[in-house]
Amino acid sequence: MLFLVIFILTAIAYVLGRSRAATLRKNGTLMHSLPRYYGYLTAIYTALPALIVLIIWSVAEPTILKKSTMGTLSAEVQSLPEGERNLVLNDIKNLATGGISQSANDSVRTAAAAHYAETRDRSRLLKSIAVILTALAGFFYGLKKIHSNTRARVAVERAIMIALIGCSCIAIFTTLGIVLSVLFESLRFFNKVPFTEFAFGLHWSPQTSIRADQVGSSGSFGAVPIFAGTLLISAIAMLVAVPFGLMSAIYLAEYASSTVRAWAKPLLEILAGIPTVVYGFFAALTVAPLIRNVGESIGLDVASESALAAGLVMGIMIIPFVSSLSDDVITAVPQAMRDGSLGLGATKSETIKKVVIPAALPGIVGGILLAVSRAIGETMIVVMAAGLAANLTINPLEAVTTVTVQIVTLLTGDQAFDSPKTLAAFALGLMLFVTTLILNVIALRTVRKYREQYD
Amino acid sequence: MNNESQDTSATVSDTTEKVRKSLGKRYAREKRFKLFGVIAIVASLSFLAVLIISITIRGLPAFKQTFLNLDVTLDADTLGVDENPDEDALRKANYNGSIKNSLLALFPDVKKRKDKKALYKFVSTGGQYDLQAMVMADPSLIGQTINVWLPVGDDASGYLRGHIDTSVPEKKRRFKDNQITWIEELKADNKVQTKFNHTFFSRGDSREPEMAGIKGSLFGSILTLMVTLALSFPIAVATAIYLEEFAPKNRWTDIIEVNINNLAAVPSIVFGLLGLAIFINFFNLPRSAPIVGGLVLSLMTLPTIIISARAALKSVPPSIRDAALGLGASNLQVVFHHVLPLAMPGILTGTIIGMAQALGETAPLLMIGMVAFIVDVPTSLTDPATVLPVQIFQWADLPEKGFVEKTSAAIMVLLGFLIAMNAIAVLLRRKFEQKW
Repeated sequence: MLFLVIFILTAIAYVLGRSRAATLRKNGTLMHSLPRYYGYLTAIYTALPALIVLIIWSVAEPTILKKSTMGTLSAEVQSLPEGERNLVLNDIKNLATGGISQSANDSVRTAAAAHYAETRDRSRLLKSIAVILTALAGFFYGLKKIHSNTRARVAVERAIMIALIGCSCIAIFTTLGIVLSVLFESLRFFNKVPFTEFAFGLHWSPQTSIRADQVGSSGSFGAVPIFAGTLLISAIAMLVAVPFGLMSAIYLAEYASSTVRAWAKPLLEILAGIPTVVYGFFAALTVAPLIRNVGESIGLDVASESALAAGLVMGIMIIPFVSSLSDDVITAVPQAMRDGSLGLGATKSETIKKVVIPAALPGIVGGILLAVSRAIGETMIVVMAAGLAANLTINPLEAVTTVTVQIVTLLTGDQAFDSPKTLAAFALGLMLFVTTLILNVIALRTVRKYREQYD
Repeated sequence: MNNESQDTSATVSDTTEKVRKSLGKRYAREKRFKLFGVIAIVASLSFLAVLIISITIRGLPAFKQTFLNLDVTLDADTLGVDENPDEDALRKANYNGSIKNSLLALFPDVKKRKDKKALYKFVSTGGQYDLQAMVMADPSLIGQTINVWLPVGDDASGYLRGHIDTSVPEKKRRFKDNQITWIEELKADNKVQTKFNHTFFSRGDSREPEMAGIKGSLFGSILTLMVTLALSFPIAVATAIYLEEFAPKNRWTDIIEVNINNLAAVPSIVFGLLGLAIFINFFNLPRSAPIVGGLVLSLMTLPTIIISARAALKSVPPSIRDAALGLGASNLQVVFHHVLPLAMPGILTGTIIGMAQALGETAPLLMIGMVAFIVDVPTSLTDPATVLPVQIFQWADLPEKGFVEKTSAAIMVLLGFLIAMNAIAVLLRRKFEQKW
């Protein structure tokens, strides 16, 4: 609602500012900028301070409300631990908004709720007044600034520039946000479970029991079986993706006619565009039973959630990834190198094997590393087609679990946010982030260096 | 001299001989290598074909629904309402009772309790809601007998579609012999019909496969994508403009660049962890809400759009900038009046591709709780909602045969949207692509 008011005021500011500058110009004043820049400037003066006030007030409001409401409660309640205090507060909030509450006839709480509602309403009213006043003040200041000495365009452009720089910093804030959120929760986890147990323990069963005296009540958090499972499935995926992807890329880059290329390339890229949840469904419903049936018919014991099924389907998903990255680097190899080899009498395949591929190798390796990082971080296929129980094995016919599966299962249930079980998910997330980050940095470096070599 | 020339000619002919002998092998190797290439492509494309065909075959039946024709008597006694019922009474009335009565009327000789129960299963439990909607729209229907088509229950529709193997002994079958005779009778009377499945597009999620629809998740997806687009497009374009047109070459911009490239390759689930820790636990935004989903997805799609927007800006030739600068435009005017409009088709293509990616994304949304069972269609950005891919994930987990169909059908809808979006992107590129 307030946003709408600010928006309308800003629009009015723009129109008025522009027309005022235009009249000045018509009357013969020599203005520094075009009239619309004065309009923009007035609009900025109107909107920016008002928005800042609005944001600061909205952020500060809950804390102040909380303090003020707590003040009306007894000292007994105030000395409660943080978590219980929040519960009481939530209860009061529910009372105030007319929601369901357990203490509808508790007089202290009802009074607190009334106080809460009153303060909240007063705060909202004050906020509206403050914001609108700021906007109006900015508006009149902006109108007063419209004269020949104001360099409106320069000021507006500076504001836009600052906005551009701000936007480009969001990427950094995102990375920072990821690192901080994952790191802090992980540190809390490692306070409860020693890092050595996590990194070298062979037993993973995060189920914490409800009663404290139960055996294994703290759960055990040895992540080695999970890492092994992740590696096993990724390895199967790469065994599928690398040969198929690389050979497709070689064929498309070196042999295919331009019509075949024009058709086959986009078709292959469809594979990359299919959502992973679809692959997961396909793996769980079509591929896994197929593998199981085939295995049983030749007398093998295959788990219904075998690593093979998940890995195979993940490999199919990664084929276009490998092929388009390798295609790029293969076509970047200078034609002169091929011509030299062909001129010496080598066949086309010999040229490819002995000249083109060795020349393109760094780029191809970089692409494969990117694909590996993708396989490690892939979630939906394994959530739907791989197992849940941690199992330390290298037999692809057994069910294994992966880092991403564990993160999803640990975080989609309902539980307290600071139990070791939930925190373990963040520790796994940290491992995942660090591993993929290292792979990506190496891969991007290699590819970049390779590109520079032939540019 | 003479000797020497003879020697060389001898070695040359030796080498030629060797080469000629090995030629057959080398050509065979050449052919084999080329064949591997063909096999790789054909195999990859046939994976695609198998995937799409298997899902289409499974999903097509879900677009059809079987209905049973019933004469339902809506007498006040059975419904348990009085003369002039208010809205609440109408909502709570016993429509199931009327349906049961009319089923019994069709088969008067069914007397045993067990048989009756088996008969009641012919109409989906959702049938009562259809009646409820009808009566609430027109309360004068009470007391009348109306002829309606109600959706058939899961087992019966499974039988009618041939999913139930009648050669299996009766005890192991969910659909019993007497049920088969009844349904065959109804079929012979032309009381069973298969029509286009409106339910699938007009209802939210449900525990009954025949009453489950994708409307809720579709709206959730649309709301989420709206937030994603509104946030990621302006931010990405601004970032691309700054990095491509204005950024000085220094350490700081280098860090930003490396950062963006790395973010593009960070696993999506990590963005989900970020959303959970920062947006939900720190900023206390509501769980399961499209606004949080949109925030997370926009952070995820930012790198994609930034990278393609930069490529589009880069492809605008410097002569255009020089000409505008020469005519006295300021640096920002050059960009906003000349370079950006020319780069727009490329930027939009990248944006559509980014949006398609966001539409298909599941894992980060599981982290922020969009995985709850939600029947209602979301109408605002803070309503609990789910999205299409998550709906697919949830349905894929359910054991009922009907849900396998629904899942495949939902996948077909999702793929349809993705194909449409990508096709628009390709058309846009074809239409506006400029070679300078």
